[in-house]
Amino acid sequence: MESLEEIKARVEASVTGAAVEIVPNDAPCQQRSLRVGREKAREVAEFLRDDPRLRLDYASNATGVDWPDTVTKQKVKVKKQINGVEQEVEETLEERKPGCLEAVYHLYSMALKQGPVILRVRTADRMQGVHLPSLTPVWRGAEFQEREIYDLYGIVFDGHPDLRRLLMWEGYRHHPMRKDFVEPDDYEYEPTPHDEVLEKAKAHYPADGGTQGGTA
Amino acid sequence: MIDEGLRNELSKQGVVVTGFQDLYNWGRKNSLWPMQFGLACCAIEMIATAMARFDLSRFGSEVFRNSPRQSDLMIVAGTVTKKMAPQVVRLYNQMSEPKYVIAMGACAISGGPFKQGYNVLKGIDRFIPVDVHIPGCPPRPEALLHALITLQEKISKETFTGPGRPRHLDPNAPSEFPIPVCGPDDLTPPSNPEVWRPPTMVRED
Repeated sequence: MESLEEIKARVEASVTGAAVEIVPNDAPCQQRSLRVGREKAREVAEFLRDDPRLRLDYASNATGVDWPDTVTKQKVKVKKQINGVEQEVEETLEERKPGCLEAVYHLYSMALKQGPVILRVRTADRMQGVHLPSLTPVWRGAEFQEREIYDLYGIVFDGHPDLRRLLMWEGYRHHPMRKDFVEPDDYEYEPTPHDEVLEKAKAHYPADGGTQGGTA
Repeated sequence: MIDEGLRNELSKQGVVVTGFQDLYNWGRKNSLWPMQFGLACCAIEMIATAMARFDLSRFGSEVFRNSPRQSDLMIVAGTVTKKMAPQVVRLYNQMSEPKYVIAMGACAISGGPFKQGYNVLKGIDRFIPVDVHIPGCPPRPEALLHALITLQEKISKETFTGPGRPRHLDPNAPSEFPIPVCGPDDLTPPSNPEVWRPPTMVRED
């Protein structure tokens, strides 16, 4: 199997305008991945599948990642005029990075018995621009898994043949795997509550044994 | 009712005397037709119960039917998700009276390990009346057999009149139950208050 750098170079040589980036991994497995731009993701996927040296014909897994908005604080020393005297003052700069959603594909080659190559595609943001090109036309096995990502993360896959929710029902307005998902507070009673559940259930248990605190 | 001593005396002479009610219940309890219907891992145990090693047919309930119209016992075997709950209630409504329900396994009776999740119904007894609950995750086939025998005992004790009569002999008892709708956040309603109410828990502090 070629190294990721070689694959990146060949993808960029074959697919014009493909923004490919190698994502490092600090974990002990050191498993790095390729992040591609969403405009050319379909072409990159087709290249990876059809290239005779790669033949990545099997998408074993597709899943999503939610990257919430991050705020990084940085302390900077700035010179300022205070009461006519120039002084060095410490100021905190807040840098806001908008979050996004990411689809991750694990690709293997059944023909050449090699892999995995990990492909990542990011959406523009977490609100309106949650569109990604569907890779189901490239790997049929991604169909249900893209439906699952659409259901649980809310990524809309353009070009998917049958994009419906998979685990939750149509009309359910939340995406449960998003980081900002608030689970329903429907603890009418718990037989043996403990830890977090105890804290949540307490709100529903009146201390005087009167009327029930919350409803489902 | 016939005197017990006289009945014993007659049975020694080879004469069986019984009431119509006992005969009726005896026939019904030994011909339960469960619905072929499983949701998760408990269904595998239910299948095992029906196979040769545990042999459900010894107890007169081996005729698993594919149609709710032909079955009178619903074994809710497995995790009932909120997406699946309306269909389970609808199938129950389509079953013919008299009908019974066994909730099999921790998920079916309470939500089990998924109770604190967002997508699992916290027990099918919130929407339909359950006759026998089987604890376990999943319960062994012996537990299902025991539940069936418990249900048979329950049926054999039913009377034609009075408060102990089965639901199909009570004109005021419902045979259909409202089907919940999958709403934007949860099932609406989240439970049927006619069937189930949460127990009142009192905080200890």
